[in-house]
Amino acid sequence: MIEVKNLYKEFDGTPVLKGISTTFEKGKTSMIIGQSGSGKTVFLKCLLGLHKHEKGSIIFDGRDYEDLKDKEHRQLRQEMGMVFQGGALYDSLTIEENVMFPLKMFTNNSFGEMLERVNTVLKRVNLENVNNKFPAELSGGMQKRVAIARAIVMNPKYLFCDEPNSGLDPNTATVIDNLIQEITKEYQMITIINSHDMNSVMEIGEKIVFLKNGVKAWEGTNKEIFKTENEAIVDFVYSSNLFKKVREVYLNETK
Amino acid sequence: MNYLEHIGKYFIMLKQVFKKPQKWSVFKEMLFREVEDLGLKSLGIITFISFFVGGVVAIQTALNVDSPFIPKYLIGFATKRSMILEFAPTFMSIILAGKVGSYISSSIGTMRVTEQIDALDVMGINSLNYLVLPKIIAALFFYPLLILLAMFLGIVGGYFAGVLTGLFFSEDYIYGIQLDFNTYFVKYAVIKTLVFAFVIATIPSYHGYYVKGGSLEVGRASTQAVVWTSVVIILLNYFLTQMLLG
Repeated sequence: MIEVKNLYKEFDGTPVLKGISTTFEKGKTSMIIGQSGSGKTVFLKCLLGLHKHEKGSIIFDGRDYEDLKDKEHRQLRQEMGMVFQGGALYDSLTIEENVMFPLKMFTNNSFGEMLERVNTVLKRVNLENVNNKFPAELSGGMQKRVAIARAIVMNPKYLFCDEPNSGLDPNTATVIDNLIQEITKEYQMITIINSHDMNSVMEIGEKIVFLKNGVKAWEGTNKEIFKTENEAIVDFVYSSNLFKKVREVYLNETK
Repeated sequence: MNYLEHIGKYFIMLKQVFKKPQKWSVFKEMLFREVEDLGLKSLGIITFISFFVGGVVAIQTALNVDSPFIPKYLIGFATKRSMILEFAPTFMSIILAGKVGSYISSSIGTMRVTEQIDALDVMGINSLNYLVLPKIIAALFFYPLLILLAMFLGIVGGYFAGVLTGLFFSEDYIYGIQLDFNTYFVKYAVIKTLVFAFVIATIPSYHGYYVKGGSLEVGRASTQAVVWTSVVIILLNYFLTQMLLG
C-alpha cells in the first residue's frame, strides 16, 4: 500500500499541494484527476521522488521515503515503473534495447535471459517483431505499449502513468487502458494514473482522487462518481453535455 | 540567474558526474558510443580544416616574406609553430566546440524535454553520471589524438599549398619544419587540448541538462553552449599560455 499523509509542496513560496492525504492499494488502478494546474503532475512527481516535498510523508509498504538511505532509495526506485506522457523512450536505442535497459542496469542476467524477459513483456503488451525497430518507426500507440513494457520489465510493485492516453485515438486509448488494468491485476501492482481522459476514468478508475487547487476535493470509485453530489467533481466531470446525459441515463437505470 | 549561480550549479553538476558508474558494462558501452559520436565523427571536419588552414598559413607567410634577406625555410618553420602552438589546439577546439558542443547540448536537452532524463532518474540511475562521464572520458582520450593529427595535417597542407603553387621549394619547407623542433611545444598543445576537451564535454552538457521548456529552448541552450564554450576556451587559452610559456 502507498500511504500519503498530509503532503505539502510549494514552489518559490507558492503552495501547489496543500496537505493531501490518501492511500493507494495493491491490484487496483487508481486515478488522479483534476484541471490543469490543480497539482496532479506535481503530486505524481512527489510520489516518484522527482520533487522533494516540504511537509508530510509518503509511505511505500511501511517505508517512509524520507527516512530511507541512498541505497534503500535506489532499491525503492527499482520497484517503480513509470510510463511517461510522451513515452520517454531512448531515441538512439532499438525497442529491444529500450526494454532491456533496466535489466542491463540492475541485474546480472545473461543476454539470453534478458532477451527472454524482453520478449515476454513485449508479447504481453501485444507487440511482436519490433525488437530491432527504433522508437521513431512506431506509431504513438505502439510507443506507449513499449513504454509499458519497459515499465513492467523489472516486475515493479508500483506503476505510475502520466497521461498514458494523451495523443491517442479513442480505440487505441481503450486498448492502453485495458492493458494497464490487466497487468495491474496480473502483477498485483499499485497503479496510479494521472489522467484528463474521462473515458479512462469511468472505465478503469477503481479509485479516483480529484484534486482542485492543490487540495483533495473528492475521492471515490468510478461507480460513485455517477452518484456523487460533490459540486467540484460534478462541475469537472460533467462539464460536457455527453457526460451529463450518460450520468442521467446511469442514474435512471440504477434507480 | 546570475553568472555566479550558474558557475556554482556547474560545479555541483560535476560533483554528481564524478561518481562511480553504477554498472561498468553499461558505462563501457556508453564510452565506446561517445568515442564514435564525439571523436570518430569529428575526424572528417578536423582533417579537412587543418589541411587547408595549414595551406593558408604557409601561403600567407610566403606572400609576406618577400625580402631576399629572409630565408625561405622560415615559411616551414612558421607554419609548424603556428599549427603546433595555436591553430591545432585552440582553433580546432573552437571548431569542436561548435560541432560537438551543439551536438551534446541538443542531445541532452532533447532528452530533458522529452522526459528521457526523468525516466533515468525514476529508475534510480544517476543521470548525470550516466550521460556526462562517458562524454568527458571520450573527449579526454580522443581529442589529443585529433589535435596531434591536426598538427601533422596542417604542416602537410602547408607543404602541398606552397610546393604546388611554386611559392617555395620542397627542401626549404622540410628544412624549416625540422629546424629547432621543441617537443615541449607539443606537450603544451596537448595539455591545452586536455583542458579544452574537458570544457567541450562539460559546458554543453550543463546547458543541455538544465534546459527547461521545449524545442525552442533546446535550440537556445545549444547556441548558448557553443558561445560559452568558445568564450571559456579563449580565456583559458590566455591563462594557460601565460602559465606554460610565460
